[in-house]
Amino acid sequence: MKQLLRAALLGLALSMAAHAAIDTYEFKSDAERERYRSLIEELRCPKCQNQNIADSDAPIAMDLRREIYRMLGEGQSDEQIVDYLVARYGDFVRYKPPLDARTLLLWYGPAGLLAVGFGVLALILVRRRRGIADPASNALSPAERERLATLLDKKDP
Amino acid sequence: MKRALLLLPLVLFLGVAAFLYRGLFLDPAELPSALIGKPFPPFSLPAVEEPGRTLTVEDLKGKPALVNVWATWCVSCKVEHPVLNELSRRGVNIVGVNYKDDNASALKWLQEFHDPYRLNIRDEQGSLGLDLGVYGAPETFLVDKHGIIRHKFVGVIDERVWREQLAARYQELLDE
Repeated sequence: MKQLLRAALLGLALSMAAHAAIDTYEFKSDAERERYRSLIEELRCPKCQNQNIADSDAPIAMDLRREIYRMLGEGQSDEQIVDYLVARYGDFVRYKPPLDARTLLLWYGPAGLLAVGFGVLALILVRRRRGIADPASNALSPAERERLATLLDKKDP
Repeated sequence: MKRALLLLPLVLFLGVAAFLYRGLFLDPAELPSALIGKPFPPFSLPAVEEPGRTLTVEDLKGKPALVNVWATWCVSCKVEHPVLNELSRRGVNIVGVNYKDDNASALKWLQEFHDPYRLNIRDEQGSLGLDLGVYGAPETFLVDKHGIIRHKFVGVIDERVWREQLAARYQELLDE
């Protein structure tokens, strides 16, 4: 009997674990539900590295979801909630890092590289066009022409 | 000038290679704690051994402590436990945070495996753990005598970790 009970409990525990990522929270309004959605999707699970806390089954993600739900219920702003978690887990928990001196490269680096790429492209195009438009730049100087003539003449027997 | 420009791809490649090489030896699971240099978060929780006694952050102050977050459900805590016993025998001041655990199991564990903790905070709901930014036991904080968190170590403390990463820091706090 005891064993049966234990097995039943284990089964129950396992089934609970399997449903951990689907919380059944009641929200006051759809707007609040939407805020909850976007918050848990934007925050990263500290334990599992490459999952947000919406997707993660880790107990810590569950705790954080509950905490966010509680804070939303208390009427805290999104910013307050994110700050609360950053104060505990650091910037690591944000999938959207704040813009400051350390993250400048992260935010503007790609745009900068793109700009450099276009710059180089423009430079190449301009050079090439100048080459076509101004054949004189490819032309030989009188001295060169003379040398060419002598070289060509030499070939003649 | 032109010739120097030819070297540019090589320089870029070497730069990227250097970063990637360094990346090979970084541990992505290592999170810098947001709490270093900050005061230990305030709490008011019962002690594991004496349910009537309430512990607060004041109980931590006075001398440096190794605050160890542990739980009986945490498999690697069992590996770490004998090391903590040994450290406590050598006079290291260890404070436990029993994180999201069942108190009866915790008591049984302490009885069976010896109790290295001077104090043991009973954090059944994980509220203190949350304030500490705990994301998995075992985690260990070095707290100075003013109650300021000075260092955090995530993972199992073994002899080598203690010797190479924690002993000197702890000694420093003692000498302050």
